[in-house]
Amino acid sequence: MKEIVVISGKGGTGKTSVTASFSYFGGESVITADCDVDAADMHLLLKPDFEYSEDFYSGQISSIDQSACIRCGKCADVCRFDAIRVKDGVYRIDSLRCEGCGYCARVCPAEAIINKERLAGKWYISNIRTGGKMVHARLGIGADNSGKLVAKVKNEARELALEERADYVLVDGSPGVGCPVVSSLSGANFVILVTEPSVSGLHDLKRVYELVKKFRIKAGCIINKADINPEQHQAILNFLAEEGIPHLTDLPYDGQFTRAITAGKTVAESGSVRLKELLSACWEKVKKLTD
Amino acid sequence: MIDTATITIAIASGKGGTGKTTLSTNLAAFIAEREAVVLADLDVEEPNSGLFFRAEPVHQEVNYKAIPQWDESKCTLCGICTKVCNYHAVIRLGPSIVVFPELCHSCYACSELCPDAALPMVQKRTGILSEFRADNLHFIESRLDIGEEQAVPAIAKTKKYAAEKHPQVRLTLYDSPPGTSCPVMEAVREADFVILVTEPTPFGLHDLKLAVETVQVFGIPFGVVINRYGTGNKEVDEYCSKEQIPVLARIPDSRRIAELYSAGKLIYREIPEIREILKEILNTVITMAKGVRK
Repeated sequence: MKEIVVISGKGGTGKTSVTASFSYFGGESVITADCDVDAADMHLLLKPDFEYSEDFYSGQISSIDQSACIRCGKCADVCRFDAIRVKDGVYRIDSLRCEGCGYCARVCPAEAIINKERLAGKWYISNIRTGGKMVHARLGIGADNSGKLVAKVKNEARELALEERADYVLVDGSPGVGCPVVSSLSGANFVILVTEPSVSGLHDLKRVYELVKKFRIKAGCIINKADINPEQHQAILNFLAEEGIPHLTDLPYDGQFTRAITAGKTVAESGSVRLKELLSACWEKVKKLTD
Repeated sequence: MIDTATITIAIASGKGGTGKTTLSTNLAAFIAEREAVVLADLDVEEPNSGLFFRAEPVHQEVNYKAIPQWDESKCTLCGICTKVCNYHAVIRLGPSIVVFPELCHSCYACSELCPDAALPMVQKRTGILSEFRADNLHFIESRLDIGEEQAVPAIAKTKKYAAEKHPQVRLTLYDSPPGTSCPVMEAVREADFVILVTEPTPFGLHDLKLAVETVQVFGIPFGVVINRYGTGNKEVDEYCSKEQIPVLARIPDSRRIAELYSAGKLIYREIPEIREILKEILNTVITMAKGVRK
């Protein structure tokens, strides 16, 4: 079983459209994992049935039992997150600022601080219309710990792949280079970098590839909207050559991407024969490179 | 706390790649034609507002976070530090205490609750903050070092730097990170107004709804800019009208805009229609932000 992660650095380069297309080609051989847990969109294309769901608890959250509080203010003194505020002598914990370190509870002489597990989101296992299965999640609004939810989704996808004897776990990652991306890269066998020929696309590609290198994972690159800027396209090709990253394919700047999303379809099903062929050849290439 | 003369506008979106940076940079440059403006790039993981300006560097400093450092000579291996760390960032391995900086949230519990002062807090580099200037435009960005996972402290630091360095400047813009989790929360929480940029597709709509929920948590006034208008469908329009969310502008879908953006150019300088749109957005936002304050 191989684990393939699709990331981009920059948002909106077409990661999810590409991943969903590969998921479509892979059918039963693929377990799809949507690890862009903060703005998960893949379910809009793959129509999951939400067969199984589970709450995801991570970290803790503190609150003050006002009947026990002696209003000494020690909790507010030690809080480094500015989460404990006093108004008219009453101390309260702002749940949006609380990072759940529990320091306040440890110094409270009246034991007035209650720690609870924090409900950080929900995760699901679904059957999808490609014939395969998908693991996905929804992070609670403003919740911390998206990296941990990503790790959870990935682990569940791996276990499911073993159970179902699937050949691939295909992971849709999140933009950026921070904790959710780091979490989605850990344990991967191959990384697909989706970029676009713009100054931002190349800038972000370089940064995210630096991260991939730290993990020593093999990577390949898809250039989406390839014909939008020949100069930047060449700059990306030069970068790929320097770093020895295989150029998997070019995809054209094409209204079919948006039309497919709007119709709730993958780009592979958009009706464009050319796009389908390009993506299908690319998926075969990826499979070969992960062998 | 808020100086009534200044307005901070955060430009955010749930989905990535909807045009946050395009709007932030164009709006900042447009404002700078007439008055001083601060633009802070708070997408510290992938900051790229700076690619759209030719500006002179004026300042640079290292961003740090505080982490505990084990002092073996003072430690009695009592184990209190490992028990008080809720993040499992401090563990005991045989006769040693090991700290995992990437798991540490800098809460100081281990350090301050250690009876022998054997875990003093030290500064660890997480990235770099830079300030640039092009006439009226003060541009500030922080970039996280690759491998650093926590964006929130760098975002908080960048906001603080911008506010302290330029207290006199009337308008400050934040180019926020994508998503709905902790980095976005940090970026928008004290803004006077949030502009949510979206696109008229099911992805755009889905992530817009999440972003709206996020902003509503703080009760900050907000409006929506629909980018690539004309593609996709009408669902974003319908949602905004049903929820009575003001649509500040509709920026047309155009290959020309995509090309200008790809080359790092400011689109309003090439397309007069966009200049008019920016003017309208700015007027509406300032009126709405002020209205709420009264």
